[in-house]
Amino acid sequence: MEAHSSPHAQPAAIHVQSRPVAAMLILIGGIIAIVVSAAISICVGAADISISTVWDALFHFNADMTSHQIIRELRIPRVLAGALTGAAFAASGAIMQGMTRNPLADSGLLGINAGAGVMLAVSFAFFPGMSFVSLMLFSFVGAAAAAILVFGTGAFVKGGLTPVRLVLAGAAVTALLLAISDAIAIHYQVGRDLAFWMAGGMQGVEWAQIRIMSPWVIGCLIGAVLLSRSITLLSLGEEIAIGLGQRTGLIKTLGMLLVLILAGASVSVVGAVGFVGLIIPHVARYLVGVDYRWIIPCSAVLGALLIIVADIGARLFNPYSETPLGALIALIGVPFFLYLAMRERREL
Amino acid sequence: MVNHHLATPAELARKRRAFRILALMGGLVVAVFIISMNTGTLRLSPSEMLQTLLGSGTDQQELILYQFRLPRIVMSVLIGAGFAVSGCILQGVTRNALADPGILGINAGAGLIVILYISVMPLDNSIFLLPFLSLLGAGATAALIYSLSYRRHHGISTIRLLLVGIAVSAGIAAAMIVLTLKLNPDQFKFVQVWMAGSLLGTDWRFVTALLPWIIVLLPFVFYKSRVLDVLNLGDQTAAGLGAALNRERLYLYAAAIGLAGSCVAVGGGIAFVGLIGPHLARRLVGPNHAYLLPASAMTGALLLIVSDSLARMYEVPTGIIVAILGAPYFLYLLTRAR
Repeated sequence: MEAHSSPHAQPAAIHVQSRPVAAMLILIGGIIAIVVSAAISICVGAADISISTVWDALFHFNADMTSHQIIRELRIPRVLAGALTGAAFAASGAIMQGMTRNPLADSGLLGINAGAGVMLAVSFAFFPGMSFVSLMLFSFVGAAAAAILVFGTGAFVKGGLTPVRLVLAGAAVTALLLAISDAIAIHYQVGRDLAFWMAGGMQGVEWAQIRIMSPWVIGCLIGAVLLSRSITLLSLGEEIAIGLGQRTGLIKTLGMLLVLILAGASVSVVGAVGFVGLIIPHVARYLVGVDYRWIIPCSAVLGALLIIVADIGARLFNPYSETPLGALIALIGVPFFLYLAMRERREL
Repeated sequence: MVNHHLATPAELARKRRAFRILALMGGLVVAVFIISMNTGTLRLSPSEMLQTLLGSGTDQQELILYQFRLPRIVMSVLIGAGFAVSGCILQGVTRNALADPGILGINAGAGLIVILYISVMPLDNSIFLLPFLSLLGAGATAALIYSLSYRRHHGISTIRLLLVGIAVSAGIAAAMIVLTLKLNPDQFKFVQVWMAGSLLGTDWRFVTALLPWIIVLLPFVFYKSRVLDVLNLGDQTAAGLGAALNRERLYLYAAAIGLAGSCVAVGGGIAFVGLIGPHLARRLVGPNHAYLLPASAMTGALLLIVSDSLARMYEVPTGIIVAILGAPYFLYLLTRAR
């Protein structure tokens, strides 16, 4: 089994290359771009609203004006949800890829999307008509149970949570949960509802959801940045990390916990648009090098930007029946990612 | 490489053990094959089955056995073996434990064609053209991924292949989401069952369409088992040992695509066998591909016969049973550290 994860083919990749200047530019430019695209996102949609109205709605709120209501109750929560989930998916994907040293890894691999999917299938089949907030909490429970199952399979046995064991346990749990939700969906004929939800979208995001998720997501993003140095060392290989005095078991547990909260909260709000978590870390790694102290914050910024832009697209494409967010993310992300993948050969 | 020095007693013992396990698995496949002929919504007792096989059964018994059960069971064997060997090749060549036919876009390409076809054609007469078209879709996608990750003088780098595979599959998956949401409930159900993988409605024509692929490609891959062992050592070592890396890899990728593509075409998305089959086999016989490849084929066949027998009884897509049976067993094996 060892041969499959062998990172030793390229001993030259031991010293960590990074480009701090590029990373700083991405962080600053990315945040500016997020603010600009957030402003655009608030202005466009089925009803176009001018930027001065947006300003008034924020600072001279008038409850009698419909446009102020739309901005406060629909558009702003939507942009915030996009920024939070994008950052969360991308950062958790970066953590997963760093810890497993597998370019195919993302938060879905911890069973999170599939676990949320099972609970959604159960709630659509047995408790139709749940509120968004209950659906969110319900699917988070599913995500957490799946992650615990994956982590438990890997962690509580002799030899510990090796990267290979983690990805294999993740793939197996994911397949099992997908089969269960498929079976429920086919038997109770809720497949279309489930597919629509999982395809991703932010119509109907409420302030209540933002209030519940934002402290957790922001806290975990900070946690991810604090943990990033250890993740860089772990990405060099288990032996090297131990040799450098890292407590690898503790770091992996913390890392998994961060991934669970970040990705679990995001999936339960916007659905399985986890592709962000797969491609954005690769893009960030290409741009800033293999140091996770830069990859994680840059991934968060780029992920937030990607979801906000894709969500603008989802509304512009066809304002009256929104295009699934996941499809637009792929439409924007795939060509760019493909270009990077073909151009450069690089290590994790 | 075992043949370049005298075999030690330990190696001989390992070899004997691998042969014993292979023989045992072969016996199991035969046993499960026979038991599976007895199971289904209409039970045939062993004696009735024997009579029918010898040609003295009633018309109804003959119909059930020859037209419904046997083609499905033979198909399970072929598809299980095909997917598992394809996965085994890909895990060996890419040296990535998560590799399965999905990384070459096989499922995505075939699935996209199925959805496109279902969206424009009426459901009733779509059955016979569909496997052919989905084979084309799978092959075209794999060829696209391969050519995008090919560079002159360098050939195929594994990391680039994996990344390009992710990107192309994700792009196709996005197109599939958009198309899926436009389907009516009947079309949606057909696609959902196809994606989960189902052998419902298999007849001998599908079996004869799949058989040549398996008969040609499996022996070819078994013949290349030593190349896979060498590739597994890493590119530099393999090149140092004189392997013509790019050419060998191309052959192996092509074989993996042929196997998985033809299986997807007739069986739908049962590709989990391709991921799990080789891993189960590796735990049984170890990493030597001379044993691992046949063991993968038999593990895949075994898993699929059992799953499809259960699928016939409970009338659910076969792929769902494969995951529900295979995943927990696989998790159990993972918890037993090695």
